[in-house]
Amino acid sequence: MTEWFQGQLGYGFGWFVSTLILILMIALPLMLAVAMIIYADRKIWAAMALRRGPNVVGPFGLLQSFADGLKVFLKETIIPSSANRGLFLLAPIITFTIALIAWAVIPFGPDMVLADINVGLLYILAASSLGVYGVIIAGWASNSKYPFYSALRAAAQMVSYEVSIGFVLITVILWAGTFNLQGIIAMQKSHVFFLNGFGFNPLLFPMAVIFLISAMAETARAPFDLTEAESELVAGYQTEYSSMSFALFWLGEYGNVLLMCALNATLFWGGWLPPIDWAPLYVVPGIIWLFAKIFIFFFIFSWVKATVPRFRYDQLMRLGWKIFLPFALLWVAIVSGYLMITRYGALA
Amino acid sequence: MGAGLGREHCRRCALPLSRQPNLKGHDRNVIQTFTFYLFATIVIASGALTILSRNPVHSVLWLILAFFNAAGLMLILGAEFIAMLLVIVYVGAVAVLFLFVVMMLDVDFAEMRAGFARYAGFGALMAVVLLAEMIFAVAAWNAGGVSVASKAAPVDPSVPNIEALGTVLFTRYLYIFEAAGLVLLVAMIGAIVLTHRTRSGLRPQNPSEQNRRRPEEATRNMNPGIGQGVEL
Repeated sequence: MTEWFQGQLGYGFGWFVSTLILILMIALPLMLAVAMIIYADRKIWAAMALRRGPNVVGPFGLLQSFADGLKVFLKETIIPSSANRGLFLLAPIITFTIALIAWAVIPFGPDMVLADINVGLLYILAASSLGVYGVIIAGWASNSKYPFYSALRAAAQMVSYEVSIGFVLITVILWAGTFNLQGIIAMQKSHVFFLNGFGFNPLLFPMAVIFLISAMAETARAPFDLTEAESELVAGYQTEYSSMSFALFWLGEYGNVLLMCALNATLFWGGWLPPIDWAPLYVVPGIIWLFAKIFIFFFIFSWVKATVPRFRYDQLMRLGWKIFLPFALLWVAIVSGYLMITRYGALA
Repeated sequence: MGAGLGREHCRRCALPLSRQPNLKGHDRNVIQTFTFYLFATIVIASGALTILSRNPVHSVLWLILAFFNAAGLMLILGAEFIAMLLVIVYVGAVAVLFLFVVMMLDVDFAEMRAGFARYAGFGALMAVVLLAEMIFAVAAWNAGGVSVASKAAPVDPSVPNIEALGTVLFTRYLYIFEAAGLVLLVAMIGAIVLTHRTRSGLRPQNPSEQNRRRPEEATRNMNPGIGQGVEL
């Protein structure tokens, strides 16, 4: 497609137009997916609480998210008089934008990736480390005490869990030998006998578990949703927000959750590869496998949200710094030692 | 450029764009030049706003924008690893802590502005020294024994720069690299030693004790009669 546009419009402008179209081809379905995943979240949560969940708008309540979106869109945007106006409006935009940019490097199939860059994993780490700014700026700009507490909590929480996520990613990078996500997926092909995925490897499985839990903490999902703990902080950093600015937080949050599910699938469970390296399974397009895996992880996220009580703040910090960090550090040493002996022949 | 293909001429040669054999290279240069000036302008502007804005929180946010665009400049240079590290380390961690601290501080603006005149001379001196150093560095780089070829591409461009950096860091500069790690470790331990103090009257959580606790120890089944209370 890029070549065709470049033939029509010249190298630079053609590249610009085709990239813009490709970005929209990711961002628009993503927004649709977020709408449906919010519905799925509410349905799963309801089922676990023996309720029906949304069932009025559309067949099985499928259009509930669109009704909510329309409602939110029609509301008035209220800006508190003592808020820092510019930053107050900037914060949800930052959250939303950053939730979208990381999708640029996620591979959806053998050749379906917007930016096949050789620092793909670092790019994702960089994008996810920026997510905290939306929350901090929102909390500060609201000029209200609960959002401010929430911002302080978010800053400490996200910085803490990024450390262990970093070490988990290092084990994956060590094993794959590349930062490129397509390269990482290629290395997972029949990684353990006929199984596709680093997660099937007993040496990497603990890292997959740590990554899943840290991903929940990083996206501030229950049971780590202390930034918006309604019993203590009203709605946390979102307290003063209304209308579309509130909706942007909502969309960004679920976009981040989907991204983390996609990362779990891509880094440990083979991404767009089928779970078993068996020729007939490759008939199904890779994107279907990826979406199936994303949905399985999203189900786990919802399941945890519905069943696990919220952590206390000291428990959250203890889990991040005293359990995950030392364990992941030790595991990096073990994995690199194992690779030095088996792959690079340190003892030979 | 490119929209009116065929009529336009390339800036560097007489050929019209439609007959330009190496259209790719030239157009790529135009894009790179454009993005370079875009990023560079934003870096300088946001750097200036960092020191000019009155609200310290705004200053930190401008600083973050400057870091971000500096990372963009590194990307244009082909140093994608350094660019990502800049974003992860400085924007993702250091600036978050800056912002955290600045938000918590109750800054007196009047006092800060009074201090400006006092430190202006010293600040100007620092600026002159830094500028002179930069000029010297560029002059030395130009005058020194670095050949033109290795200036343009110090390493083989096909080697990813993570690999290139790693090869240098873990062989030639191994000891310096480890010493840098040691310095950071000492700084970290120093900070902990300096700020950690044991106060009296603290009631810390004891997770192992909390986890050992069973329902039998913590709850009692009571069945009081109607109108009777419970003795606790």
